[in-house]
Amino acid sequence: MSRIAATAAAGLTDLSGRLGRAAILALVGVLLVFITGFAHPELVHNATHDARHAFAFPCH
Amino acid sequence: MRRALISALVGGFVACLAITATQQAVVVPLILKAETFEEAKGDTPKPAAHDHGAAAGPGHRHDEEGWKPAEGLERAAFTALANLGVGIGFALILVAAYTLSGREVDGRQGLLWGAAGFLTFALAPSLGLPPELPGSVAAALLPRQAWWLASALATGTGLALIVFGRHVALKLLGVAAIVLPHVVGAPHPPMGEAGAAPPELAARFAVMSLATAAVFWAVLGWVSGAVWRRVS
Repeated sequence: MSRIAATAAAGLTDLSGRLGRAAILALVGVLLVFITGFAHPELVHNATHDARHAFAFPCH
Repeated sequence: MRRALISALVGGFVACLAITATQQAVVVPLILKAETFEEAKGDTPKPAAHDHGAAAGPGHRHDEEGWKPAEGLERAAFTALANLGVGIGFALILVAAYTLSGREVDGRQGLLWGAAGFLTFALAPSLGLPPELPGSVAAALLPRQAWWLASALATGTGLALIVFGRHVALKLLGVAAIVLPHVVGAPHPPMGEAGAAPPELAARFAVMSLATAAVFWAVLGWVSGAVWRRVS
């Protein structure tokens, strides 16, 4: 394999690795924000009520 | 991955401390004040007790509530806990962006990323759905949540296209993505209905809420970026 092709292949592997890690991190992050800011169960809503209003998440 | 997790946890925790203190000082007092108006309005026979506007969906009325934290310290503690959840959640999204970009990030770069987070998750959604006090009149909850998420997604994507797009067409597409949710328009209640709290209180709350969000995102970006650089 030429050096350019090897560099390109390494670049692709690096990109796919970054993509995978970023996807996992973002997914867990979105899940946390969703539970605290958006989930409907009354218990969750009442516990997070003031934070939801303060962060301007739609509430009620 | 270790670097991303440490940056997110430290950044989220410090931002939680900052936002909890700021909120308790300038935002929570306004929420509590609004609730006194909400309760006063609920005592009158019309509209129904604690109903958040005629357009609000059923099941979101305050008068049939189950458990909620006791007033005072317990309520503040749960708010702090919720801030931690939101803080670490947004921090994870931020470090996911650092990871994806593949760029070097330090405290100053992190501050710029935090500014993008503020535009995406605070300012843009607030343009359509201004921060609401308890007792505000609002459209049904689900369409509002859907619009909020859609506007955040469109703004984040649009900013990324403007900043990282190599071709001018991509940058223009980014501008279009940011504008689109506002052209479609957020769900609003019928004009002319008023919430329980006086408009002056609601206006102060809207500004304070955005200002504390700006503090939150600045701290989150700065700290997560600074930790990101040190851990490597």
